[in-house]
Parts: sequence; structure tokens; C-alpha cells
Amino acid sequence: MARELLKFITCGSVDDGKSTLIGHMLYDAKLLFTDQEQSLKLDSMVGSADGDIDYSLLLDGLMAEREQGITIDVAYRYFSTEKRSFIVADTPGHEEYTRNMAVGASFAQLAILLIDATKGVVVQTKRHLRICALMGIRHYIFAVNKMDLVDYDEKRFLEIQEQINAEIEGMDYDLALAIPVSATKGDNVNKASDNTPWYKGDALLAVLEDVKIDQNTSKDGFLMSVQRVCRPNRTFRGFEGEIALGSVHVGDEVSSLPSGEKAKVSGILMTDKEVQEASAGNAVTVSLDREIDVSRGCVLAKDTKVEIGREFLAEMLWMDEGKLVRGRNYYLKLATQTLPAVISDIRYRIDVNSGEQLPADEIEKNELAVCEVSVGEKVLFAPFSKIKEMGSFILIDRVTNATAACGVVLKAERNKRNLSWQQVDIDRQMREESLGQKARTIWFTGLSGSGKSAIGNALEKRLHSMGMHTMLLDGDNVRMGLNRDLSFSEADRAENIRRIAEVAHLLNEAGIIVITTFISPLRVDRHNAQRILGDSYSEVYVNTPLAVCEERDVKGLYKRARAGEIEFFTGINSPYEVPKHADVTVETVSTGIEENVDIIMEKLKL
Amino acid sequence: MDHLDKLEAEAIYILRETVAECEKPVMLYSIGKDSSVMLHLALKAFYPEKPPFPFLHVNTTYKFKEMIEFRDRRAKECGIEMLEYINEEGLARGVNPFTSGAAYTDVMKTEALKKALKLYGFTAAFGGGRRDEEKSRAKERICSFRDENQTWNPKNQRPELWKLFNMRLHQNESIRVFPISNWTEKDIWQYIKREDIPIVSLYFAKERPCVRRDGQIIMVDDDRMPIGDGEKVENLKVRFRTLGCYPLTGGVESDAETLDEIVEETLASVDSERTSRIIDTDGGSASMEKRKREGYF
Repeated sequence: MARELLKFITCGSVDDGKSTLIGHMLYDAKLLFTDQEQSLKLDSMVGSADGDIDYSLLLDGLMAEREQGITIDVAYRYFSTEKRSFIVADTPGHEEYTRNMAVGASFAQLAILLIDATKGVVVQTKRHLRICALMGIRHYIFAVNKMDLVDYDEKRFLEIQEQINAEIEGMDYDLALAIPVSATKGDNVNKASDNTPWYKGDALLAVLEDVKIDQNTSKDGFLMSVQRVCRPNRTFRGFEGEIALGSVHVGDEVSSLPSGEKAKVSGILMTDKEVQEASAGNAVTVSLDREIDVSRGCVLAKDTKVEIGREFLAEMLWMDEGKLVRGRNYYLKLATQTLPAVISDIRYRIDVNSGEQLPADEIEKNELAVCEVSVGEKVLFAPFSKIKEMGSFILIDRVTNATAACGVVLKAERNKRNLSWQQVDIDRQMREESLGQKARTIWFTGLSGSGKSAIGNALEKRLHSMGMHTMLLDGDNVRMGLNRDLSFSEADRAENIRRIAEVAHLLNEAGIIVITTFISPLRVDRHNAQRILGDSYSEVYVNTPLAVCEERDVKGLYKRARAGEIEFFTGINSPYEVPKHADVTVETVSTGIEENVDIIMEKLKL
Repeated sequence: MDHLDKLEAEAIYILRETVAECEKPVMLYSIGKDSSVMLHLALKAFYPEKPPFPFLHVNTTYKFKEMIEFRDRRAKECGIEMLEYINEEGLARGVNPFTSGAAYTDVMKTEALKKALKLYGFTAAFGGGRRDEEKSRAKERICSFRDENQTWNPKNQRPELWKLFNMRLHQNESIRVFPISNWTEKDIWQYIKREDIPIVSLYFAKERPCVRRDGQIIMVDDDRMPIGDGEKVENLKVRFRTLGCYPLTGGVESDAETLDEIVEETLASVDSERTSRIIDTDGGSASMEKRKREGYF
């Protein structure tokens, strides 16, 4: 029979007895295989004076943990009872390893927070509670442990219950339950204890078996982040991903974000089977009825609100050894998007003990803070409270590759026009003002020999004569220097275009008008350039028929390509994808170069 | 969605993320039941495309004959690229499972794997490791990083949050990815049954020539196996819960001849599967972590 799955974590301070609690639960419930049980008995006899079973040894699996007698990393355990399957992440209590605790919390639906009855709620309890809440947990069981050491005193339990109530006040949760337990003696772990007759509730295991966790099973709306494009042959093009929310049917009209282009769903593969409908949690491959711009990082959506912007406010847990410093560059990974980003402002630090919002210039490891994140390009996101998948992210250090922080989106930041992801004193606008011009990039595309260079060159001369500051990027000055390590393979061509776009972006930042004259045959690469350059990007398509280009054959390249001497020659043995939304299209058969420059100047309002 | 659907979706998500983010992935294929499940998931994750990476089998040359036959047949049926790597240097040095002791695993498996990954320049290797197998694996992340010597540093694992995998690599670094980390042995068998996944015949009980040695039942798969004084080869009805090199893999006496019977036997079983794998207990309870730090998968 198919059983429901519950993922939970145990957390709390060092020595509160987390590993012991779970160890005891498994042991008592006969959920251990005999050889594990034997090795547990053997292990605990080495290092234990009285020969009692040390249940925590079952979970503390790393040598360093056994040496130090503490849990360093999350341990996952799997067990099932008649009623449910469970995955438990036993997380470390030591403050030093808070990030590993966060790893467990991000994975769980329910948290058991251990509290030492002799100590009551401590700072680490509060820290863990805050992190659990940050990670989206809505079900809490407070296991008040070591009740045997306070003589199973009801008054003590009620005092701690009061402390717990004070902590959860104002929090958003579905369940918050306190249970008096003894992890070493087993009271109220798997069965109700005679030592606590005043406690009328269920034992811990029974609560875990029966607790209701609402899963989002609503079929309204639809959202899927594209993980990968599946293109096994010329005819099939599908978008792989896991549906984050809602459902999708064959025939539904969906939008591809960020472009906003719409298409109808023509097929859904649920892994290898064709289906008419799929919903949240399913791994699918979706095909559309027409070719629109969709690649990894894009989102397919229907009736679901997704934000598109460059700034948002987020609550984060800083995990890196180095401090968070305002203005430093990171990679943001959000859903399947990875983009350059910077923390543009630290709004406040959250004191884990009091919950107070404190002003801060930097954030240290294991601290919580609310910050403003600025992204280098437009990013798709949603508040974490609305769509978990679109509202959770990590920041990656660009030098060490470490996962420096994790966080959740609180809301979009709008009214911040000029703040770019690079926090500098002199910005683009100031440079543009001093040059007396508006920087932009005019991106030419067209076949080899179509006339891009000739027109681009003439355009630059014209602008120069008008006193503008310009830079022409063409094959000669890029391929021989910056990109001389690149071949003409598809991957290297994509990289070629990406680098050119980045250089153009830098020049634009310097206030310069850039003209690029590359074949740039693939839509996806031009789209990428557009993403890098943003609003500065204008596309000029030089529409000269292949036959004409081949006849001109200025450099004799077509002849060589036809002779098979050149691999990957656009138009001959490599595709050229005609632009669908070029800002200007010019033709060169009946229109002269200077005339085309006029057309471009006019259309682009140069 | 039931428990198995969720585990399947999670594994497929990880496979796709890795292929999208890593330059040169490979799937390690050991021919066992976990590998069979991994191959099945790879076929499903990218359908109608073939898995966009090759498969790699590190062959010690002491695998059961039935395993090699099965490997070659499945590769052909599925139309996948199957690479085989044998540490010829180790063979030339005469390393063998009978007299070389722990050096056998080090040279023919650990060292061989490192050499193979280096030879092909793979940056990401999918493995079928599961966290329920053993204590140190219970703490390993889904994405596990290896430095240029292919070693694992358990004290400094990258935090893995939600489904956001950070797979960025330094030069010479590589990554082991475990898509079925959260599956248990029970899940594997139930999934094999549900999806009707082909597995090696060794999993089914049959009369096989065996000797009893140090409390284990070892199958005599070919004549390289030395038979000691006082040992006798007898035909026993056995099956195998895990597969590896025949001299190092203990069989269990069983009557389970069908998948249903295997699943039933597994669900009722009280010994966790690694009991029959000799490598784990050599050197005490931390031996697997030691091996992994040295680069064993």
C-alpha cells in the first residue's frame, strides 16, 4: 500500500538530546535492523562507563562527531510505521553548524525542537525556531526533554510552555505543541508515560503518525521553471521541468517569461508517457504549438503572478565564513536562474534572542538579516509566502564557489530606478551626461557577406562626425584578441556572443555607443545578448538573401564552405535563424549603404 | 502522488539539474539493482532524448559472469553508450581479491575509478548511493564535491537548501551526484516491481556452486577461486542482495525466485543489506567513511 511521507527535523541546542531522541524512537519501535543494533551495542560499550546503550551513536556517523561527541552534519534516517513513511533529518545543535541545521529545515515539513527541561528555552532554541520559520516550516513540536532530571514536575513543564508561547506569539504556524519527554528513558517517546499522569496528550510518535500536513494540491494556475530544453531531433522540442504549482492541460495557452510570448501546450510527457494533464510535483516535458523563446531559467506560467524585476527585499541567513559586505558581487540562484547579483543594502539585522531589528553595516556567519538584493539582469521571482519555488534562493561566492547565504523573497522593490547592481560612486548616467549622449548598443545580425560591416562602419562614421563617442566591435578586433581562444563550434559561438555582449555592456556603462557586426545566427544567443544589455539593446537585421551573399563572396568563404573546407559555416552547414522582432530590418539589394544608415538613424532615433 | 512518485520526481529533478549545469557528466553503472533503477530514471528523465551522457562501469575483472552479460545486453537494448574501465596496471601487478586484502579494493575500484574519471575528464559522476545504506553516507549531501585527488571532506560540505543545488566547480574539482539519496532498499525493490525494471538474475534464488567461508556463502563463479582445505563446493539455493566481485559478495540462502518473493523477503528481513558486503566491516564502523575520504565512491 502506498503510504504518505512525512519529512521532519529535530533541532535544539547542543546536548539537548536530539540524536538520542531519534535513536530511542527507532530502537523502541523495532525499526532497526539487527546488525545496526549490534554495532550500536558494541560502539556504545567502547567509551561508555556503565555499558548503557548510547542511542545517539546510531545517528552520529562521522568520525569527527564521534571524537567530539557532537553532531556536525545533518543525518538522514528512514523509517516507516503502519501509518506513515518518515524521513528524519537530525540536525546539529552547535551554533557553529547552524547552516547545516538550515539544510535540514529547508527539507522538512515539521520540526521537533528539543528543550532541556533543566534549562528552558535558550538562545539556540530561538535561533532554530526563527530559521525553521524562515525556511517555511509551519508545524512545530516542542519536546521538553530530560523531564526525568526535574522529577517529571508539571510546574516546570508549564513554565517552559509559557516561555514557548512567548516565542511563537505573532508567528505564522499551523501547529505548535509541547510534549514532556525523556529521550534516554523513553517517556512519551513511543508511548504515553506513567511518570507524567498530568500530561493528557499523545506520545511523540503518535503525533508524528497522525499530524495533518496540508500540501498544496490546488489545480488553479500553473507554473513551471524550465530546467532544460529537450531537443533530440529536428522535429521535437520540449521543455523539461517539475511543475511548481497548479496544473497544465494539452491545449492550455501558457506564457513564457520573461519574454511574455504565448503559445498553446501541444503535448505533455510525464517522464516517458504521454498525458493530457499534469499537476504540481510532476516531472514533465512540455511541448508548445509554436516556436517561442524558451530556455533554461525561463518560466512557463498560466494565471499565476510572477514578478519580473531587478530588485527585491529578502530575509537571509548568512552562512559564509567571510562577512556579508554591501556591494560585493555574488551569483544568485533562484529556481533555475543563475544571475549576477549584489546586496545593495542591509536594512537590518535580526537579533536572534529578542527578535529586535538592529541597524547593521555587515552581517556575520549564522546571523539573520533583511537585505535588498539587486540583480544584474531582470529576474523572475515571487514572494516566498506565495510561491515557495520562486521565492527561495541561494547566493554563491564568485571566487570560492561557496554557498554564502540562503534566503527568501519578501517582496519586490520598485521605486529604485537608478540603483544598479554595481554599487559605485560614478554611475552610467553621470558618464553619459559628461559625454553628452545616451549610451546604447546597435546589434547587427545577418549572413556573412550581407553587408553588416559596411553599414556598421558607415553608421559609426556618421555618428562620429556628429560628435558622438562610439566603438565598433567586429570580427577583426574581437576574434583576434579577447576571443582568440574560441573555435566555431556551437558552444564557442554562444560564448563568443556572450563575451561581446558583456564588452558592449561595459562600454555602455562607460557611456559609449556600441555597434556590433557579427553574424550572431541563433535567436537564443541574440536573446542572451539582449538580456545582458537590457533596454540599451537594438537589433538591426541586414536581410540579404543567401544567394546574393554567396554571389558577392567578398572573402571567398562561401566557396571554401561549399568545398567542405569550413565546418559550421552559417547558411551552408550551420543554421541562421531569422529575427522575429528586429527593431530595424534593412535590405541591401536595391538600397545603398548611406541610405540604409539614414533608415537606421531615423528608426532608432539616433 | 505517493511516496515512490515523489522519490522519482526528486531524482529526475536532480538528473536534469546536473545535466543542465555540469559540463561533462557520466553515470557510474555497477550493474546492481540501484544502477538498474538509475538507468531507468535516466531513460525517463530525458525521454524522448537518450540520456545525454555515457555510462561507466569500473570492472575489477572479478564481477559475476551474469553481471557482465546483463550489462552488455542492457546497453544494447537501451541504446546507451557504455564505457568500461579496467585498471590494467593493477592487473599486471597481480592484484586480486584472494590474497591482496584491502589493496584489492583500493587498486581495482577506488584507484580505477579515479583514473577513469581523469582519463575522460568527467566533471560530474552520478552514483546510486543511498543514505540508508550506512552511517557516513547518511550524512552525505546529494552533491558531494571531490578535490583534485578525488577525496571527500565531510567537515566542509556545501549546504544544500530546498532544491537549489550549487554545482559550481573549481578547476580540477569534480562532483558526485546521488539522485537516489533518499531511497531505501525497500523503495528500490518496490519501484523495480512497479516499473518492471530488468535486474540481474543473481538477485533471484537458484542453485549455485558455493563454499561457506567466514560465516558467508561465496559463489564459485570461475576457476580462479581457490578452494581451501576443509572447504567444499556445494550446490546451495542462494540469491544475492547486493552485487559486486563474486569472491567478496556473500549470498543468502533463499527460496525467493520471483520479484514478489524478493520484495516480501526484503520487507521481512532483519539484516540490513551491507551485512553481506565484506568491505564495510573491515576496519571497524568508520571504515566506509575512511574509504570515501580516499575516493571510494
